Amino acid sequence: MHIAVCVKQIQDPEMPTALLRVDADTNKMMLTSSVSPVISPFDEQAVEAALRIRDALGEARITVLTLGAEPARQVLKAALSLGADEGVLLSDPAFQDPDSYTTALALSAAIGKLGDVDLVLTGRQAADFDAGVVGCGIAELLDIPAITFARDISVDGGTIRVQRVIENGHEIVEVASPALVTISHEIGAPRKASLRETMRAARKPIAVWSVEDLALEAAQTGALGARRVLEALYIPSRDIECEFQQGASAREMAQNLARRLYQANIL
Amino acid sequence: MSAPGGVLVIAQAEGGALSELSREMLALARRLADETGGMVEAVLLGENLGDSAGDLIAFGADRIHIGDGAAYTAYLAEAWMPKLIEVAADAPPAVILIGHDTMGADLAPRLAIRLGTTVATACVEAEFVAGRLHATRSCYGGAARETLSFKTGPCVLTIKSKSQAALDRNNGRKGEIVPLAADAVQTRVRIVERNVSAAAGVRLETAAVVVAGGRGLNGPEGFKVARELADLLGGALGASRVACDLEWCPASIQIGLSGRTVAPELYLALGISGASQHMAGCGGAKTIVAINNDPTAQIFKSSRFGIVGDCQEILPPLIDALRVLRDAKDS
Ligand SMILES: Cc1cc2nc3c(=O)[nH]c(=O)nc-3n(C[C@H](O)[C@H](O)[C@H](O)COP(=O)(O)OP(=O)(O)OC[C@H]3O[C@@H](n4cnc5c(N)ncnc54)[C@H](O)[C@@H]3O)c2cc1C
Repeated sequence: MHIAVCVKQIQDPEMPTALLRVDADTNKMMLTSSVSPVISPFDEQAVEAALRIRDALGEARITVLTLGAEPARQVLKAALSLGADEGVLLSDPAFQDPDSYTTALALSAAIGKLGDVDLVLTGRQAADFDAGVVGCGIAELLDIPAITFARDISVDGGTIRVQRVIENGHEIVEVASPALVTISHEIGAPRKASLRETMRAARKPIAVWSVEDLALEAAQTGALGARRVLEALYIPSRDIECEFQQGASAREMAQNLARRLYQANIL
Repeated sequence: MSAPGGVLVIAQAEGGALSELSREMLALARRLADETGGMVEAVLLGENLGDSAGDLIAFGADRIHIGDGAAYTAYLAEAWMPKLIEVAADAPPAVILIGHDTMGADLAPRLAIRLGTTVATACVEAEFVAGRLHATRSCYGGAARETLSFKTGPCVLTIKSKSQAALDRNNGRKGEIVPLAADAVQTRVRIVERNVSAAAGVRLETAAVVVAGGRGLNGPEGFKVARELADLLGGALGASRVACDLEWCPASIQIGLSGRTVAPELYLALGISGASQHMAGCGGAKTIVAINNDPTAQIFKSSRFGIVGDCQEILPPLIDALRVLRDAKDS
């Protein structure tokens, strides 16, 4: 079984939001040197899902792919240290400033080039722009079925079985490979890289593919091929004044709060 | 067939009635269509839809495409897609609105790519600026916002629950109903089992009061106290992702970016730090009240009232005090 996992490098999403700054000239989030880039958490869980499938089957080849400039090689290395077998870095000036569509286009072309992929995994959304479009976009462009929001996944023969999260519950769905599945956080915490895997990872191959390697035209990709325009990016302020309840004891503070909620006609 | 220049709403029904989010989308659709001069159309697929078509008209739609039958019992993208394409493709609307829930988030990217366009997900606002649709959505876990326009059409948007106010029901409105054949479609994905629990107590999305607990509730016992408080206020219980991950409460009550969105009159945050990803699900609450033992907790920046204190010490007397005041008000 060959599993392809698409991962994205982002700034740590749990960083204090006070550190976020937008560069008004470029409409981009400024990189803060005190915050290290990470693999987007849902994507890391997609790598974990692939590793669990391999653990269960005893055998599977796991290829991790990312679209990004050279620093994005770090997330491939991180995934290889977790146990993935090989990496593909989609790197070309023409790929720069993509939207969800041109990202899906490049990744689907790369998965097509890999050729024998049985299962594609992505996170449910990237934890920077939170769009959640690339996964299903890849599936549409490859014309394979997609299953979103997986909280559990297993493979039996050629059948992929997924528990997917829905409002107020979950459903169990099945599909024959090849298919794409997006992973939700309910799948659980990813494993940590072991020293042994990290040592092995240094010798694992990372291919670098350009627009040409994917048989795409530069005009189809990156910012040129994008189907949306980013008109503005900003940080809204929502700070309000908090009225802290005082009191000599917990009981007094609680009573004051209860009284204020009635006085202000909130209750 | 839909008319060009219009706004198409992909609606949803729950238990024979139009969903709240569908009503909210109709209000936005009405506003946008009044600018384009097009119609508001809606497509609704499902089974036992009751008078949802009547609801759609009363809440703002001009023409309804409705497919009611066993082929649409449960949502499955592949099963619904051919019919949606049929409605949308021949005479493409200018804008397609889809609710941002587990169905819409699953459906919209595929529909958009099939139609040769793209989608702006989880939008909180949309308006025409110099003839171009501008869609605003939150990103960076809710800490930032971006405004997008489209180079391709139609503009497909998923709309975040509670971001729009529904119009008042107007039973005098007239509309046209176009029945769709509920054709069964061969799908590659197959639903084997569906487990939906009727959530205990008041529904989160419609509750006037939501009591939400986080890591600071210190365990399932803390959630029992939070439930008692929610019941006392006639409210619903919610939680942070950490509390759900720790299995102190069901995962289905997670509030936030990767959970549910609520906009109650009162949101009581108990032992919740106020991470942007959590606020993404409750920032629309009219009043937030926080109890947290850390005076610098982010949650206080969004709260109108707060107590710096330990939930375990504050909650029992708070419940007592609220019960006394409620009984006094009732009598
Ligand atoms: C991509 C992504 C998506 C996410 N989606 C969501 C989401 O949908 N919903 C969500 O909630 N989170 C989400 N998160 C996680 C989010 O970033 C936070 O980690 C999470 O909300 C924190 O939960 P918490 O406030 O319960 O815990 P903590 O951040 O640990 O805060 C606990 C708080 O309780 C206080 N406290 C401790 N003990 C007590 C006590 N005895 N009495 C009173 N106060 C006490 C502490 O001072 C602290 O402020 C997401 C994260 C990412 C990266």
